[in-house]
Amino acid sequence: MIRRLFPHPYLSALLVLVWMLLVNRFAWGSLVFAILLSIAIPALTEPYWPDRARLRHPGKIIAYVLLVIRDIVVANVQVAMIVLFKPNSRLQPAWITIPLDLRSPEAITVLAATITLTPGTVSSDLSQDGHALLVHCLHAPEPESVILDIKNRYEARLQEIFE
Amino acid sequence: MEYFAEILITALLVLGGIFGLVGSFGLVKLPDQMTRLHAPTKAATLGVGGILMASLCWFFFFSDHSSWHELLITLFLFLTAPVTGLMIAKTNMHLTWRPEELPDPGEDRNWATFGQSADRSLMDAVPEVDKAVRDHRE
Repeated sequence: MIRRLFPHPYLSALLVLVWMLLVNRFAWGSLVFAILLSIAIPALTEPYWPDRARLRHPGKIIAYVLLVIRDIVVANVQVAMIVLFKPNSRLQPAWITIPLDLRSPEAITVLAATITLTPGTVSSDLSQDGHALLVHCLHAPEPESVILDIKNRYEARLQEIFE
Repeated sequence: MEYFAEILITALLVLGGIFGLVGSFGLVKLPDQMTRLHAPTKAATLGVGGILMASLCWFFFFSDHSSWHELLITLFLFLTAPVTGLMIAKTNMHLTWRPEELPDPGEDRNWATFGQSADRSLMDAVPEVDKAVRDHRE
């Protein structure tokens, strides 16, 4: 019964949270409406999303988000330095291929978004069958180390969370 | 106390402004489309982040009720920025790069934008019917 009402429990919880944040101050009426939305929206969108993303360790998401925010701040400063002080002639942009160990589509989406959000790298494409990610680096004198970094720092953690 | 709050908020505003400015400057200075893509997607993260933190602090210190909209703006920004980046990158790849110039996609034959269709997609794990249809077609 509960499973029928909430086919995607995390999505429902997120919808309640987002609605309450949008309302911006607590009221019981808004909470009731938020719960109604959290039942209606997953039910309406279910045909487009038959599978449920499996989370093995949801607790590790917070640690992952904090790590990504820290990396965003650090790398933002690095990219600002490159933009301001490095002449274009000494810039070494590079395309790199990151072979993926992740198999779940949701996990790959999160990895690609993380790569784009951390400055200096933009994920540009997925290979035809989803086994590799094409990433463009703003300045990568050693592309190998960038690949290792992304695999150890982000992919390994996502694998723990999702698979 | 109020004095320190004001200093904190001002510092955050200046920080956000500087990163926004550097991002826009990068857009002018960097040499080609792909490198230029890096500058604005970054300004969006820390530049806007600084301004939002300042707003959050202002509501926390100087207003009767705290505001949570900043968290939502951050959330939506983090959800949409990568999608925009991906779309611009793919357009660039089609306009200014040939598939041979890109690195090898490993064990697959092609990158998704240049390939015709997936040989064995991630989504194939579920619908057996589709697989049968495709095997028949091949």
